[in-house]
Amino acid sequence: MALEGTAQKLVAEKSVITFFSDALIEDIKATNSKTSSIFNKQTGELAFSVPIREFQFIKKLMQEHFNEKYMESDKYPKATFSGKILNLDASQSALQQVKATGKLTLHGVTREVEITGTALSGDKIILKSKFKVKLEEYNIKVPQIVFQNIAEEVEVTVDITYKPQ
Amino acid sequence: MRYLLTACLLLAGFFAFSQDDLLKELEESTPKTNDLTLATFSGTRIVNGHSVETRNRNVLEFIITHRFGTINSGAYEAFGLDNSVVRLGLEYGITDRLMVGIGRTSSDKTFDYFAKYKVLRQSETMPVTLTAFGSAAYLGLKNEELNELSTPDKMAYTTQLLIARKLSSRISLQLSPSYLYRPVVNQDTTVNNLISLGMGGRFKITKSFALVLEYYLRLNDHSDSPYNDAIGVGLEFETGGHVFQLVFTNSQGMVERQFMAETTGDFFDGDIHFGFNITRAFQLGRKK
Repeated sequence: MALEGTAQKLVAEKSVITFFSDALIEDIKATNSKTSSIFNKQTGELAFSVPIREFQFIKKLMQEHFNEKYMESDKYPKATFSGKILNLDASQSALQQVKATGKLTLHGVTREVEITGTALSGDKIILKSKFKVKLEEYNIKVPQIVFQNIAEEVEVTVDITYKPQ
Repeated sequence: MRYLLTACLLLAGFFAFSQDDLLKELEESTPKTNDLTLATFSGTRIVNGHSVETRNRNVLEFIITHRFGTINSGAYEAFGLDNSVVRLGLEYGITDRLMVGIGRTSSDKTFDYFAKYKVLRQSETMPVTLTAFGSAAYLGLKNEELNELSTPDKMAYTTQLLIARKLSSRISLQLSPSYLYRPVVNQDTTVNNLISLGMGGRFKITKSFALVLEYYLRLNDHSDSPYNDAIGVGLEFETGGHVFQLVFTNSQGMVERQFMAETTGDFFDGDIHFGFNITRAFQLGRKK
């Protein structure tokens, strides 16, 4: 039983999480390739752990502000998701629309979320999703700064390739 | 029906538990990272003196520092506004740890240049950030007395070890043991080799607004020295790419030799210069 369980578990081999914010003066974009994730293809259970400090910005100063002022990554070093993909048929090799529900923890705030995306199964499974996060819902306060206007909603893109553990 | 509901709840509870289990398993399998402490200070200056901070690779910072005359100079001098000193500086991060800069100050027409290097960086395993600093300043002013000096005699050299710890997201403290060498000085009032201990701190009031304090204690100056230790108090605002500091200090000079050794004002007698430190950072090139 335990052995069987292990065989069903897949781990992230390659992960790219980006976020994008439409801002008044300049668009803000950052990429994170250090996310770890486990996916159990039998039960659909899914867990993510995203180290906030690993979001890479083109402007280092912006990266510093993102960590210091918005995400407070010294206090909340990780964003996590713990949930379940509801409708994945792992035996099907065509691209499928899937839906995941679970708990998204960001900036110390946990919320029940429902996220849609696509899955492509084979030896490896590729999960992709694009969703919006409202900063206010996670208690992320953006200081009203004269020179930098940050959108209240950011777009998060997830692209993860899983391989057997 | 009730049984079914109970069963569902139990099942839901079981799933919630096992999902959290998966997350736990994930957390346990990820190696611990040793993140560097960010932004011990917002700017490269605390008030007059340097902080441990350097600018990152490819960041060019334009810095304008500015001191008016003393506030207690009276209405005739518009409380100091008539008499101002400005330093214009350009500072550049060669790597994320090494930074260089040049500047020109109107007082004594001083030209200065410096380099600073982050030797140690605070992290979970390193308690402090340690930055080595070296600068040279040249007195460009021409007058009868100075014209008799050779170029090397018009120089002043400063070496500092800047040691800081960010105690919390709100409080950062720094110690700055400093050595200043001036080849030619008035032997009756001061010394060629001056050692001083700088002390500074930043206390954040909100995420973008902080109080900064700085004190430079001269340790071996001449007993007949007419000079004072430099004291600085400031309010700091930080926005994307800018740091604004409104400062009050008894030193009108902003170059190391001037504030470490030649501060004439008595802070507690009201010889306070109001001033600004304003920076604008530009990211050059693309990150690798």
